[in-house]
Amino acid sequence: MQKAQLQLSQVGISFPTAKGDFVALQNVNLDIAQGEFVSLIGHSGCGKSTVLNIVAGLLQASTGGVILNNKEVNEPGPERAVVFQNHSLLPWLTVYQNVELAVKQVFRGKKSKSEMRDWILHNLALVQMTHALDKRPSEISGGMKQRVGIARALAMQPQVLLMDEPFGALDALTRAHLQDSVMDIQAKLNNTVIMITHDVDEAVLLSDRIVMMTNGPAATIGEILHIDLPRPRERLALSDDARYNHYRHQVLSFLYEKQRKIEPLHTQTKAAKPAIVTVEAKSA
Amino acid sequence: MQIFLPARWVKTQSHKLNWAKHPQTQLRLQQLLLPLVGLTLFFLLWHAVASQIVTTLGSFPGPVAVAEQFSNLLDEHQAEQQREAAFYQRQQARLEQLRLTDPNSEAQIRPYSGRPTFFSQIATSLLTVLCGFALATLLAIPAGVVIGLSPKLYAVFNPLIQLFKPISPLAWLPLITILVSALYPQTEGGLSRSFLVSAFTVALCSLWPTLINTIVGVSQISPDLENVSKVLRLRWVSHIKTIVLPSAIPMIFTGMRLSLGIAWMVLIAAEMLAQNPGLGKFVWDEFQNGSSQSLSRICAAVLVIGVIGFVLDRLMLLLQRYVNWDKNAVLR
Ligand SMILES: Nc1ncnc2c1ncn2[C@@H]1O[C@H](COP(=O)(O)OP(=O)(O)OP(=O)(O)O)[C@@H](O)[C@H]1O
Ligand SMILES: [Mg+2]
Repeated sequence: MQKAQLQLSQVGISFPTAKGDFVALQNVNLDIAQGEFVSLIGHSGCGKSTVLNIVAGLLQASTGGVILNNKEVNEPGPERAVVFQNHSLLPWLTVYQNVELAVKQVFRGKKSKSEMRDWILHNLALVQMTHALDKRPSEISGGMKQRVGIARALAMQPQVLLMDEPFGALDALTRAHLQDSVMDIQAKLNNTVIMITHDVDEAVLLSDRIVMMTNGPAATIGEILHIDLPRPRERLALSDDARYNHYRHQVLSFLYEKQRKIEPLHTQTKAAKPAIVTVEAKSA
Repeated sequence: MQIFLPARWVKTQSHKLNWAKHPQTQLRLQQLLLPLVGLTLFFLLWHAVASQIVTTLGSFPGPVAVAEQFSNLLDEHQAEQQREAAFYQRQQARLEQLRLTDPNSEAQIRPYSGRPTFFSQIATSLLTVLCGFALATLLAIPAGVVIGLSPKLYAVFNPLIQLFKPISPLAWLPLITILVSALYPQTEGGLSRSFLVSAFTVALCSLWPTLINTIVGVSQISPDLENVSKVLRLRWVSHIKTIVLPSAIPMIFTGMRLSLGIAWMVLIAAEMLAQNPGLGKFVWDEFQNGSSQSLSRICAAVLVIGVIGFVLDRLMLLLQRYVNWDKNAVLR
């Protein structure tokens, strides 16, 4: 493996709460090479977003730290661009202006006006959104918003691209389409990517490595799975691929056997006793 | 329409509704007609009730008497304007004659000092309310942004805001009058003291809704957008300009509309109490005057005050629609 571009060493964080400190993460160690695509997977509430936010600099680790290109990360910055779960476009700016805001901020003094314009259009073309330049976020679909969010992040020319469940809120078709775009773009640009996902297929399809997290509190990395599938990857061809299904099975067994999460679900029906539901792996 | 209407009126309107089969035209017609129905009912009721009430100044004026009085007021205003024009013409003529005999004459045109008419009082009131409101807005929005962005500053200023907000304009008025006369030497020219007193009172009373709404709007920025700003490392000024102000604009404008409404109400009260020129003084003078015409003149003034308040609110609404980025928002 190449020398790590991004290093998380002994990262831990605790949040002050009314009942004392809540240790969310402990001893998270991870080295990521330049150009690598890493997925974080784990049960809800285990601390995936927290890890991502620490890398982004939006949260400060209580112990340990993050090193990017031999420099410690202490604050947010555009070299670690974030694609937020709910797109987070500025609703009062058009598609073009949203990307422009990022480009102006990052390339002020480095690119001329026309170069900036070309760069904005180039990034919007990568996600196939040049047809809606002058639309406001409220006028485009959820999938389009997510694509603009990705274009905005890519336009910052980040060293690391951080994505928090980027396709979580989308329907299966749009999601598949965007996954393909992300794979294409990553192949072209060779970005380092950390992506949080709940979707096992998505993780296996996109990743070089899948980082599986244990349940909180004091969550940490449980297992790391290397995905040795050749690129470019084809979702249809892979669905019958033995290795693909083997990887898939490993992730599922981690999530639903080793880290099985049993918790009462308070169902909407006003049942007197809370139903206990165990989450089981879907039988293939 | 399920509203009782005079039969003839319904007849004349019904054929209009017939040709207006197009649902959109019909809707628009309804939007126009229904408010008219309300107004008509009001005037009918007023007319019916007014004649029953007998006051010390004769019977209470109905809509017709008030309309007549309104045209009287208009005539008086025109007469006054003619007198003013004539006054200046006379002076100009005299001055020119003086200059012919003595080119170095120091003589100057003296300003006309006639009695302010109803319409010049309206102009005074409008100018005062706009200045007071502008002052309030200029103070409230920047202060609101700064306070709203910092929970600590909010904790510092919140008790003060809660303390000052409910103070009636009538309580401020004596203080402001005394302060203005102490701090502002009345010289020839410049702003008059009474104008300053009115404008400051208006500003002080109307600034609170804008201030509070700005604070709330600014402190409710979505954390996601704040994170975007952090990741982009936006500087303070561009953070305010691109993130804070746009997301707070709907709240700010709601506050400004409330403020303008309060400003107009406060101004009339302040003018009445302080005898500062304006519509409030007009009403008070007529009340003191107590002639047979006074009541209908007061009624005319009251209606005009209402209409102006309404128009000011509509103008703010237009401005709000224009400035608001969310064109789908339903603003009323
Ligand atoms: N600011 C905070 N204060 C207190 N507790 C927090 C805070 N942020 C997160 N936590 C806790 O830390 C844990 C991890 O949260 P996190 O948002 O990282 O989970 P997640 O893995 O991203 O979950 P999901 O998949 O549902 O998004 C949770 O138990 C959460 O309650
Ligand atoms: Mg999360």
